Amino acid sequence: MEQKEILSLKKTATNIRKGILRATCSAGSGHPGGSLSITDIMTYLYFKEMNIDPKEPKNPDRDRFVMSKGHCAPVLYSTLAERGFFPVEDLETLRKTDSYLEGHPHMRTVPGVDMSTGSLAQGMSAAVGMALAGKIDNKDYRVFVGLGDGELEEGLIWEASMAAAHYKLDNMICFVDYNGLQIDGKITDVMNPEPIADKFEAFGWYVQSIDAHDYEQIEKAIENAKNQKGKPNMIVAHSIKGKGVSFMEGQAGWHGVAPKPEERDRAIAELDEYLASLDA
Amino acid sequence: MAGNIATRAAYGDALVEFGSDERIIVMDADLSKSTKTDGFQKKYPDRHINMGIAEANLMCTAAGLATCGKIVFASSFAVFAAGRAFEQVRNSICYPNLNVKIGATHAGISVGEDGASHQAIEDIAIMRSIPNISIISPCDAASSRFAVKAAIENDGPFYLRFGRLAVPQIYDENTKFEFGKGMVLKDGTDVSIIANGLMVQYALEAAKILAEQDINARVIDIHTIKPIDRDIIIKAAKETGCIVTAEEHTIMGGLGSAVAEVVTSEYPVPVKMVGIEDKFGKSGNPYELLEIYGLTAENIAAKAIESMQML
Ligand SMILES: Cc1ncc(C[n+]2csc(CCOP(=O)(O)OP(=O)(O)O)c2C)c(N)n1
Ligand SMILES: [Mg+2]
Repeated sequence: MEQKEILSLKKTATNIRKGILRATCSAGSGHPGGSLSITDIMTYLYFKEMNIDPKEPKNPDRDRFVMSKGHCAPVLYSTLAERGFFPVEDLETLRKTDSYLEGHPHMRTVPGVDMSTGSLAQGMSAAVGMALAGKIDNKDYRVFVGLGDGELEEGLIWEASMAAAHYKLDNMICFVDYNGLQIDGKITDVMNPEPIADKFEAFGWYVQSIDAHDYEQIEKAIENAKNQKGKPNMIVAHSIKGKGVSFMEGQAGWHGVAPKPEERDRAIAELDEYLASLDA
Repeated sequence: MAGNIATRAAYGDALVEFGSDERIIVMDADLSKSTKTDGFQKKYPDRHINMGIAEANLMCTAAGLATCGKIVFASSFAVFAAGRAFEQVRNSICYPNLNVKIGATHAGISVGEDGASHQAIEDIAIMRSIPNISIISPCDAASSRFAVKAAIENDGPFYLRFGRLAVPQIYDENTKFEFGKGMVLKDGTDVSIIANGLMVQYALEAAKILAEQDINARVIDIHTIKPIDRDIIIKAAKETGCIVTAEEHTIMGGLGSAVAEVVTSEYPVPVKMVGIEDKFGKSGNPYELLEIYGLTAENIAAKAIESMQML
């Protein structure tokens, strides 16, 4: 990838992060931590990889994205807004009674949302259905999925994983946002899902491990995934929860707590400083 | 009319009959010989998907297929479809209002020998409480065929409830059914018996028992429990003054409750309920179980008289 392109993705991601902070702050609730850790992957998918058109969000041939860890609606909405599916200003209506931006992604109200999620693991399973439909209809769209590492503790993840491998759904590309944290603390303390890569390999997946914040690694993993046939793809993406905001990074406490206006301003100031450094 | 046919068999036949529609996908969870989706599998193998013993995954995968324009029939035993997969049905099918038709077989205690673990007696109560879903509980082959047809023709989630036991035919195969509209099987003025599923045949027998005592009972089949036919119920309340309901289901939250919800808010009259009274089922011969649990024509007739005596 060219440096110019990486720079542009970094800028976009930073703007998406700012949207996450504005939205959750305005709502007074929501999930910034896991939204910030998967932001770079979302940015790469929506701004470089996916075959989508904000003007035709229901095009049957489009690539799909399912945010299986639906509590990360803020990053999905901020990405969609940045990509032109709806106005960026609307982000600040998140979770409000008269808004279409439901607290968890809702396909019936939010343009660009491909599946309603919020109950962990159901999104991955629905994505299996979308990938199956693609195979049945001989369509070449891909189905991308965003998973949490804590989410892997759900039994349904493994039912879906077994089915995806059984039906050879190589049109499915999943990312585990491996930030090591869930609500009650470290995933290894709460209910250890490790070794993650080995488990998916044993389930018959093509597994790669990357740094979730490195665009070249994200690109390479997706290209590898596109070139292999016969297996569903799992990209285990090592990430930092709260990435980009110094006081949120690596803190389980920022999983489901919104920044107060003062905290939001401090976070946005940091991100603006980062943007300025990118320009320099 | 044909002899005894299980509604699950009629379900399987209807899937084959309507299966040429390329949008239709039939899914199962390792029970296709019992749920009778195996007929469709033989005829349209490319559109039959076995998800293995994983009912939660069955429901969400069905939802995913439906987002891509498919009409998906997802089958399992009622106890697993409505029970184990409840939250998948709620959040991934009903909340986004997707075109998934749950073909739930082996409902009720007439499952027989397999016993309580396999006898869904609360599935309608569970499903009825979810917004967006429609529920049909047919009583015979013709009404089962109609249930499948209605599910195909009407967008959105459906819960279709079928039984294991072979049952007599109530309807002629040319009967015209209407989704959301009950059927008056016998007119009457003294009491209304409102039934569905397996209990419709006993409701008709109960009317004969009552006739011997000069009681003229109306018999109504409410095949569509949701949306329920309010008009036919209110009319029955007004014209016969009292009601008895009959269902192969717990009396908590099923047909009886649905009828009572309409009656109490629109035209209050006594409503007696025949159903399973806060108990689990058990193993046994289906007909013996129906006797033990009071799901009989005699009990319906007795409750009808009690209902009349409350006036
Ligand atoms: C089925 C289900 N159980 C519980 C929850 C509540 N919940 C929301 S987020 C979360 C923790 C998720 O942790 P992880 O998957 O690691 O997400 P991330 O760190 O990426 O935010 C839980 C338990 C839920 N949404 N769904
Ligand atoms: Mg996590």
